[in-house]
Amino acid sequence: MDSLIRILRQNSAIPRADLARLLGLTEADVSAKIAKLEADGMILGYHAVINSEQWDAEAVTAAIEVRVSPEREGGFDRIANRIAGFEEVESVYLMSGGYDLLVIVNGSNLREVASFVAAKLSTIESVLSCATRFRLKTYKENGLLHAIEEVPERLSVTP
Amino acid sequence: MSSRIASHVRDIPRSGIRDFFEIVQSMKGVVSLGIGEPDFVTPWHIREAAVYSLEKGRTGYTSNLGDPRLRRSIAKYVEKNFSIAYNPHDEIIVTVGVSEGIDLALRALLNPGDEVLYHEPCYVSYSPSIALAGGKAIPVTTRAEDEFVLRAADLEKAVTPRTRLLMLSFPTNPTGAVMPPDELAKIAAFAVKHDLVVLTDEIYSELTYDDLPHHSIAALPGMKERTLFLHGFSKAFAMTGWRIGFACGPNDIIEAMMKIHQYSIMCASTMAQEAAIEALERGQRSMEQMREEYRQRRNFIVSSLNDAGIPCHLPKGAFYVFPDIRSTGLSSKEFSLALLKEKNVAVVPGTAFGASGEGYVRCSYAAALDQIKIAVERIAEFVRK
Repeated sequence: MDSLIRILRQNSAIPRADLARLLGLTEADVSAKIAKLEADGMILGYHAVINSEQWDAEAVTAAIEVRVSPEREGGFDRIANRIAGFEEVESVYLMSGGYDLLVIVNGSNLREVASFVAAKLSTIESVLSCATRFRLKTYKENGLLHAIEEVPERLSVTP
Repeated sequence: MSSRIASHVRDIPRSGIRDFFEIVQSMKGVVSLGIGEPDFVTPWHIREAAVYSLEKGRTGYTSNLGDPRLRRSIAKYVEKNFSIAYNPHDEIIVTVGVSEGIDLALRALLNPGDEVLYHEPCYVSYSPSIALAGGKAIPVTTRAEDEFVLRAADLEKAVTPRTRLLMLSFPTNPTGAVMPPDELAKIAAFAVKHDLVVLTDEIYSELTYDDLPHHSIAALPGMKERTLFLHGFSKAFAMTGWRIGFACGPNDIIEAMMKIHQYSIMCASTMAQEAAIEALERGQRSMEQMREEYRQRRNFIVSSLNDAGIPCHLPKGAFYVFPDIRSTGLSSKEFSLALLKEKNVAVVPGTAFGASGEGYVRCSYAAALDQIKIAVERIAEFVRK
């Protein structure tokens, strides 16, 4: 199962037939294993990793450090889920250290993100403060470098 | 005019791989399964350590035996992974790859006419290196039906009073063979019985698959004092171009090798030694990731070749498969040349690794999966025709 997940993490678009050969399984086995991982919530979904700066130069990503007051019952979970529900929000993490929630927000421009923070995020009752930091440039995302690396040449036949 | 090249050099044939390489070089768009090195770039943390050492100005010679820090790292690594304890002070020498280690060892140990036993098919340099050191190369054939395991009984047939050395290399380039522990023990007993020194080339030892533990002959009882353990960083840590390896063994042999090394090489490249320390101290995780990828590609290439009607056993180590192409009626060389010309796919004729490689070709799966896929499809088309 570990090998299967490792391969899919690198390339979820790999054909089932290739997966079967790599893992020494039948295609039916592979499909059953993937179906189980999906049903168990181990595989949540499949994405293409897009170079968003190239795709839409105006797009904006912000990392927002949010301090909240935890609730007596449920701690941070209810408020975190409430924030996560907004479609602008890409990721929400509970963090150790100087703030509580790290919220990654995508917008088509600066104004959109700003208005999300002002109108939606900071107005939630238990949110104490928001510190918004905008992405300037991406170097590596989901394990992939943005600059296309030149593949170094190897000799074509060696002992 | 008589040749100005020394006769013992003139008598050595050029590597069959080199001839083949020159043909491939003259062609365009070749998909190559002929490459005997990792397709991974050296892991970044290792490259970064070398860059750091340059920034710090570590650009001088090291001790002839190699940087003491590296020798300590080697001692620790070999003890942990191979269960053999060597003293970093005088039982380890850092070499320019295993290739230099083999050359030093043969030159240090052989008197003219001494015989050296080794198993074939094997790495291309053994026979010529033995000849260059004045020895006589005595190949012992291993067989496909035996998964290319070396049998002590076959060694017994080849040993003579002139036999001085036994060279082993498991996992083997080009067959991917590994030695079962019981047969390795028989070979150790054979070496003791005939009082031979054993050179064991462990360059592929990290690359065994399916949780199969690797056993070095040097770790067997009574063997450390007669075994020279040769290893390097090229395959496990994807560091072929750094040219860095090491030899561990009895102090008298290391001392003799050091004499040759100090006059011919001085010391291995300091920058490469710095990178090697990083590889040994922190490279385990990257090595395991690469090994897992090789394992999957091995499964892929073996199952697709067999499905295409090209018999291919599942090798337990290294990153080569050695399929049987006899059903085509072609010799290894004819097969490889025709495949190259008709389908633009490069594999290496089995005979490049000794006469006993006839009927087989070596395919390296140290190549990207999409390249392996294309190559195997074309090989299948070629064989069908």
